Amino acid sequence: MENKGHNNDPVPVIHLRPAKGWLGINFKELWRYRELIFFLTWRDIKVRYKQAVLGITWAVLQPILTVLILTVIFGVLLRTPSQGLPYPLFALSALLPWQLFATALQRSSISLVGNANLITKIYFPRLAIPLSTVFAALVDFAVSLIVLFVVMIYYQHYPGINTLWLPLIILLALLTALAVGLWLSALNVQYRDVQHMVPFIIQVWMYASPIVYPIETIPEGTWRLLYGLNPMVGVIQGFRWALLGTAQPDLTMLISIGVVVVLLVSGLYYFRRMEKTFADIV
Amino acid sequence: MSNPVIRVENISKQYRIGVKQTRPDTLRDLVNAGVQRAGRLFKQGAHGGDESRDYIWALRDISFEVEQGQVLGIVGRNGAGKSTLLKILSRVTDPTLGFGEIHGRVGSLLEVGTGFHPELSGRENIYLNGAILGMRREEIDRKFDEIVAFSEVGKFIDTPVKRFSSGMYLRLAFAVAAHLEPEILVVDEVLAVGDAEFQQKCLGKMSDVAQEGRTVLFVSHNMSAILRLTQETIVLDQGKLVMRAPTPQAVDHYLNMGLTKQGERYWDQAVHEEKAPAFIPVALRVLNPAGEVVDTVNAAEGFSIELEYQLTMDITGLRVGIYMMTTRGEFVFTSFDTDDPQYYEKYTIRTPGRYFSRCTIPPDLMNEGRYVLGVNASVYRIQRYFQDDKALTFTVDATGAPGMQWPEPRLGPVRPKLAWTIGEVEK
Repeated sequence: MENKGHNNDPVPVIHLRPAKGWLGINFKELWRYRELIFFLTWRDIKVRYKQAVLGITWAVLQPILTVLILTVIFGVLLRTPSQGLPYPLFALSALLPWQLFATALQRSSISLVGNANLITKIYFPRLAIPLSTVFAALVDFAVSLIVLFVVMIYYQHYPGINTLWLPLIILLALLTALAVGLWLSALNVQYRDVQHMVPFIIQVWMYASPIVYPIETIPEGTWRLLYGLNPMVGVIQGFRWALLGTAQPDLTMLISIGVVVVLLVSGLYYFRRMEKTFADIV
Repeated sequence: MSNPVIRVENISKQYRIGVKQTRPDTLRDLVNAGVQRAGRLFKQGAHGGDESRDYIWALRDISFEVEQGQVLGIVGRNGAGKSTLLKILSRVTDPTLGFGEIHGRVGSLLEVGTGFHPELSGRENIYLNGAILGMRREEIDRKFDEIVAFSEVGKFIDTPVKRFSSGMYLRLAFAVAAHLEPEILVVDEVLAVGDAEFQQKCLGKMSDVAQEGRTVLFVSHNMSAILRLTQETIVLDQGKLVMRAPTPQAVDHYLNMGLTKQGERYWDQAVHEEKAPAFIPVALRVLNPAGEVVDTVNAAEGFSIELEYQLTMDITGLRVGIYMMTTRGEFVFTSFDTDDPQYYEKYTIRTPGRYFSRCTIPPDLMNEGRYVLGVNASVYRIQRYFQDDKALTFTVDATGAPGMQWPEPRLGPVRPKLAWTIGEVEK
C-alpha cells in the first residue's frame, strides 16, 4: 500500500483487496501522515480550550485542585505516610504522570467513535487518531509540569542527575495509555459499552496505583511483584525516583515494562485486525 | 487501450445488517446475551459470524477499468451501491471479495467539509481539512490565498465556521477539496447543495480538472451534470453493474429502469393515501391509430394518449392532463383536457362516474426517441387530486418522418413537418 502525500513522487500503485489477518504496522505510511497526526493533535488541544475563559490554565488548575483535596484527606486527616516527602509534593509527583495516563486513555478510547465522520469518508492510517489524542494529552502534561517545578522549589527539592530518566518514564506512561487506548478504542467501535466503562476503569486503576499512598504499603515479595502488573506502578515509582530521589525502581519496574510491551503489541494487533471494518460498523 | 489507471475485478462487498434482537425476558437472559456478546467479541475478526441471513451484498462482482484522463460517470438509484463502490476505491473500506489496482493517489470528495470543526476558524479549518484530505502543509500554504479567493468568504476567514452561513461553510469546504491535486478524483454528490451560481462554479472547476488529464469518477443524481461532464457512464442497480456505455445511452437506460414498458400503466386500486379519494386513476395508455395499446408508436402516423379514471364525487373545474418529457427530464409539452374553452364550459362540473380523457398527437410532430408521460389531475389553484411524473414511457419510431432520406439523428424532441417554400429571389 503506497500513498504518497506530495506531488513529485512517482505515481503510487494502490491495491484493493479483502482484509486479511495480521498486516503489520505500516510505519512508513504512518510517517507520511505525520502532518495529519500533528493537525489532529493541534485540533484536539485547540478545541478543548476554545470558549473557556481560562483556556490552557485549566491544565495547571486541575492538578492543583486535585492535590489540595488529596492533601486534606490523605495527608492531613488520614496521615498517610509519604516516603518522607511533604504530602503535596508526594501526591503531585504521582498525579502528573497519572493524569497524563488517564487523560490519554479516556480520550483515546472514545477517539475512533468521536471521529466516525472522518473514518467513514476518508482513508488514512486509523492509528493516527488514537495517537493524536495521546499526543494532545502530552501537551497538557507539559504545562502542568510547571506546577510541579514550582512546588519543588517551594519545598526546596531540587532535581538531580536522575531527572535525565524522566523522558523515558514519560514515554512509558504514554505507551501504557496508548496500549490500553488501542484496545478500548477498537472495542468501542463495535461495543459502545466500553465508553461507559472507561470512567470506572480509570477510577479503580487510580486507587490500584501508588498515588495517594506510597508503594511501600504493598508488602515486598510476591505481592509487590504482582502489584507491578499494573504498569502505572512502574511509571509512578520511576517518576518519583527520577525527580525526588525516592527508592530506586526494582524488579517491579521491569514487570511493568513487560506488561506494557505485551499490551502494546496485542493492542496493535487487535487494532490492525479491526481497522478494516471500522468504516463499516462505527 | 494499454494502461488503465483503475482496474477492479469482481469487487464485492457484503454488509452485516442489524441482527434481529429479541428482547430479553429476564435478567438471566440479559446476562446470557451479554456473555454471548462478550464471547463473540473475541472470536469475531473481519469476517464476523456466519449466519448468511444477517448479510446483504451491497456490491456484487463489479469489474471495470478506467483509462487515464477519463471522466467516468456513475449513476444508480439510492442503495444501488454507488457510495460503497466509491468507498472501496478510496480505501475507506475493503472489498469482501475481489481485487483492484489503482495507479495514483485517490482524492475523494465524498461529502465536502469532512473534518471541519465548528469551533475552529476558517483559516484553521483549511489547514485541518487540507491535512485530512492528504495535502502537505507547504502545499496548503502555497494554495491558501487561492482557496480563500475561490471560497469567497474573504474577511470571515478568521471567524469560527460555526458562525458561517451554510453557503459560506459549503463554499469553503468545496474550495479546499477542489484544490487537491490527486491523479484520481472521486466526486460524490457535491453539486446537490449550494446556490445555482456556486454549482456552476463547481462544475467549471470539475471540467478544468478533467481537462488537466486527471481521471475523475463522478457520482450524481443530476443527469444534466453527468451529461455535461462525462463521456462514459456506468449504471449500477442493486449492487450490480448493469451497463457501461456512452453517457447519453447510459443515462437513458438509467432513467428507464423500473418504469413500465408495455404501453399501458395500471394503478393499483388498493393503494391510496386518502380514505376516499375524489379522483382515482385507473390506467394510462398509449394507442396507435388503430386503437391498440402499444409501446412503440410511429411518428408519421400519429398516436393518442388516454387516461382512464374514476370520480367519486362532484368536482368543479377539474382538468386532467399529461406532461410529455424526454427520458433526460426535458419537458416537451404540457396539455390539459379542458384547454379548449368549449370543453372548459361543457365540463365545468364532472359528476361521479368513470371517465376517460384522450388526446391525439398529430402525425409528423414527435422526433424519434423514448419519452416519459406524466399525469396530473387538479383544479387550478384549488387542489391537486393526483400527480405522477413518471407514469409511463414509450418509444416513438421515426420511420416515414420528414427528412428520413438522411439517416442522421435529428436533435430535439420534435420533428415537425413544416411547410417550406423554396424560391429564387428576384433580382
